[in-house]
Amino acid sequence: MSLSISLTINGQARTVVLDDPRVTLLDLLRERLDLPGTKKGCDRGQCGACTVLVDGRRINSCLSLAASLDGTEVTTIEGLAEGEALHPVQAAFIAHDGFQCGYCTPGQIMSAVGLIKEGHANGDPERIRELMSGNICRCGAYQGITEAILEAQKASTEANRRDAA
Amino acid sequence: MNRFDYIRPVSVSEAIAAAAVPGSAYLAAGTNLLDLMKVGTTRPERVIDITRLPGLDRIEWLPDGGVRIAAMVRNSDLAYDERFARTFPAVAEALLSGASAQLRNAATVGGNLMQRTRCAYFHDLASACNRRVAGSGCDARDGENRLHAVLGWSEHCIATHPSDFCVPLVALDALVEVEGPHGAREIPVDLLHALPGATPERETALAPGELVVALRLPAEAADFSGNARYLKLRERTSYAFAVVSAAAALELEGKLIRKARVALGGVAAKPWRAREAEVALTGMPASAEAFAKAAEIALADALPSGDNAFKIELARRIVVRALSLAFEGTPEVMPALPASPFSTTAGAIHVA
Ligand SMILES: Cc1cc2nc3c(=O)[nH]c(=O)nc-3n(C[C@H](O)[C@H](O)[C@H](O)COP(=O)(O)OP(=O)(O)OC[C@H]3O[C@@H](n4cnc5c(N)ncnc54)[C@H](O)[C@@H]3O)c2cc1C
Ligand code: SF4
Ligand code: FES
Ligand code: FES
Repeated sequence: MSLSISLTINGQARTVVLDDPRVTLLDLLRERLDLPGTKKGCDRGQCGACTVLVDGRRINSCLSLAASLDGTEVTTIEGLAEGEALHPVQAAFIAHDGFQCGYCTPGQIMSAVGLIKEGHANGDPERIRELMSGNICRCGAYQGITEAILEAQKASTEANRRDAA
Repeated sequence: MNRFDYIRPVSVSEAIAAAAVPGSAYLAAGTNLLDLMKVGTTRPERVIDITRLPGLDRIEWLPDGGVRIAAMVRNSDLAYDERFARTFPAVAEALLSGASAQLRNAATVGGNLMQRTRCAYFHDLASACNRRVAGSGCDARDGENRLHAVLGWSEHCIATHPSDFCVPLVALDALVEVEGPHGAREIPVDLLHALPGATPERETALAPGELVVALRLPAEAADFSGNARYLKLRERTSYAFAVVSAAAALELEGKLIRKARVALGGVAAKPWRAREAEVALTGMPASAEAFAKAAEIALADALPSGDNAFKIELARRIVVRALSLAFEGTPEVMPALPASPFSTTAGAIHVA
């Protein structure tokens, strides 16, 4: 049974023919759409390496059936930078040493972008740590990750204030 | 993962007709179903995608003050709904203590209620498990069973129900609206999950093909909004299932307890309402002794099912702590670590 789905991935409309409905969004991105930036850690919802945004919300792509996401907008780590200009969260991760080996980093960054959009952390490091608990870092770069998010969040609040003024 | 037919119905009635065929499973966000399908614990031949059924994504306030939450409302949308969180704070706190932000963004009300046990042997096809294969045995009995049930278990199965959300829901008399091949009916959440007895493979009161369409909380549940907490003890600070948990809700007149609600999580194959403990609290002045007595009563029938006697004392303490914190009052703002008995606030007590 083959099935055709439409997704907007990083701003680009894509039509994908699935010859087998078993494919997860994670496998679709990595193996069929040449977007290997999203990482596979556990494949069971336990590590956060596969975090992407679907319709602006962070989710685990390893536990999402691609067929079920027909018609949605997906943003992956490849879609964050604008040309050579890094996304503020990417830049903040570099500035604060928010990684070591880098394997968890695409998931951490996508999760951080989602967290800032959600707006529940209010610049509180404790809330940031709690709301980032779905992203495991084996290298233990948590200190830098929290600092990076604090800074990126502050910058984005200030930018919003400027826009509103 | 086994091969399956993917079916995307356009209405609730079409979904129910599709699911009436044996071998079908409903797919909500899939955060539990896909996980189970990957290991092969569940092998549905037909997957019925309910994510885009019309009308299943609304939170609706009822004229009498109760609320009706459609089955596809996402866990995070419910927990962060301002009116909902203000009216049923222990439910919002339980939701925010579950899983991770990513999983809560996807997970649905119906899927959370219907999630399966996390017993490791249930997820390991090489192990005997009566719940997965009726009559095959239970490897948990002589296995790793530190986290298994201490209430309501049987020799056939000692698994627990993992949901946090369900614990305050049973305390507050929530019910689910169900539609199925034989029409519509309502089931109290307290009767939704079955105790194992001799048939652990029968996990819930739902008949094959029945769909949870909505969850309702009655208006009276709002009477506890000023004094309601959910507390959850985990083996790490966050992103872990409960070792034991408790929901406590009080309606007070000064220090006098007019009404009390107590339920436990992580202790049985269902969220465990402690009605006799509630009776013991009713009409009493709130005090450490009254809370300790209630905890004693709540766990009076508890028995270790393995290497887990420690959970009984832990459950008593979490009940006392949840009641004490409920008595102090629902926090103004959601705690940074929802449901955590550990606090980074200076001066807070870290041991019960
Ligand atoms: C790493 C990890 C950690 C987690 N930690 C926690 C935790 O700490 N606390 C906690 O409570 N939960 C936790 N969960 C579980 C999580 O809450 C559930 O996976 C989620 O709520 C399921 O919702 P869903 O929409 O994805 O359901 P699905 O996976 O789509 O469905 C789950 C089951 O319910 C059935 N179903 C779904 N909707 C309906 C319906 N409307 N009517 C009838 N049947 C239906 C499906 O057929 C399936 O059997 C965790 C999960 C993971 C992966
Ligand atoms: S405790 Fe229940 S779920 Fe776990 S192995 Fe035994 S029968 Fe299966
Ligand atoms: S790969 Fe998805 S959470 Fe680990
Ligand atoms: S940087 Fe190595 S796992 Fe996080």
